[in-house]
Amino acid sequence: MYEGAVQDLIDELGRLPGVGPKSAQRIAFYLLAADPVDVRRLVTALTEVKDKVRFCTVCGNVSEEDMCRVCRDPRRDLSVICVVEEPKDVVAIEKTREFRGRYHVLGGAISPIDGVGPDDLRIRELMARLADGDVTELILATDPNLEGEATATYLARLVKPLGLRVTRLASGLPVGGDLEYADEVTLGRAFEGRRAIDI
Amino acid sequence: MDGAAENGPVPLYRDEAVVLRTQKLGEADRIVTLLTRRHGRVRAVAKGVRRTGSRFGARVEPFTQVDLQLHEGRSLDTVTQAETIAPYGERIASDYGRYTAGTAVLETAERLTAEEREPSLRLYLLVVAALRSLAEGEHTPTLVLDAFILRALAIAGYEPSLDGCARCGEPGPHRYFAVAAGGLVCAEHRPGGAATASPPAVALLNALLTGDWTVADVAADGTQREASGLVAAYLQWHIERGLRSLRLVER
Ligand SMILES: [Zn+2]
Repeated sequence: MYEGAVQDLIDELGRLPGVGPKSAQRIAFYLLAADPVDVRRLVTALTEVKDKVRFCTVCGNVSEEDMCRVCRDPRRDLSVICVVEEPKDVVAIEKTREFRGRYHVLGGAISPIDGVGPDDLRIRELMARLADGDVTELILATDPNLEGEATATYLARLVKPLGLRVTRLASGLPVGGDLEYADEVTLGRAFEGRRAIDI
Repeated sequence: MDGAAENGPVPLYRDEAVVLRTQKLGEADRIVTLLTRRHGRVRAVAKGVRRTGSRFGARVEPFTQVDLQLHEGRSLDTVTQAETIAPYGERIASDYGRYTAGTAVLETAERLTAEEREPSLRLYLLVVAALRSLAEGEHTPTLVLDAFILRALAIAGYEPSLDGCARCGEPGPHRYFAVAAGGLVCAEHRPGGAATASPPAVALLNALLTGDWTVADVAADGTQREASGLVAAYLQWHIERGLRSLRLVER
């Protein structure tokens, strides 16, 4: 245990995902020794992200305005929606330049053991978007792991009465892995070779 | 046992296991909770499994039965090798009813193994049998779950009395189900607030506990729901906190 402010900082850093007590201590002492200008830049970045960034009212992606950059772009194809778990998956897919439609960010995957069910994700919002009839294809790009698969299964069954083309990214993605770790070429190929889901 | 094993923990060991739960750890690792055949419930780190090209990412996913080599650590072990024995996850995740029932099987198994590293071969075999049944779609998923819960509780020493009165032993059939008393009770020993159980529901509970699937498979929907309610109440009584996944099981 350290005194006051140092320990407070270590505690706060230790609450971040993926930061253990040892890393928290290392980061805290790095900041303590760092140039005040650098630290102030970090503080500004932290404050601004909370002040400025919101979630897109259409797709749930992070955005600095009501609608995110993708949803605002008139050149995007309105007939295709790609469903992902997290905003970082949007970034990964955008990098492939393979997809010209719009996204829908669920905010996670269905994980009953963690108490996360369909009602805890942005599924109702997705159904509302599909109701207006512009969309003809739904691409399920949830993570290629068990929870992602189960979420895709659930969504495919849910939207079946709407008669859309429902597709899942082709294999080649690392099973058990996170979508964000798939390299651009693999992810691009998985998009190109997406296959229809039959439920 | 050789001398080294008696003097201290063997750093490397091999066992087969079912993956009960995974949690993200750091950038690309996972903590996996395992129910092993010989070492009970074990928590271990699987390094790099969330990255592309991981050697065994798919093998340490929930529902998978794996043959593992583990390195014993102070608080967490580390998975050093993993070979799939049976990939039940794929066929369970492809059906939402199987997935939600299967998740409740895994959470029940986790909660009934209160102590880590306390071997329970019978529970392990029961979990494997339930997952195999779900993957193969042999029976209605919720029936598989209820049968699993009843038998897992029986293994844990909480077998419900489904014939004689749980209090006085008077032979049944009885109409009242009292979780705190341990099952069916006679009219005389019926506590306030005891649930009533219809004869078909009692017959279904018996069939599920003994594995009489010819009876269980043809139970009416209403009877299945009634029995599920009693099983859930009985389980909740015997574990400290409620089961998170039970609420999300698709009925
Ligand atoms: Zn948007």
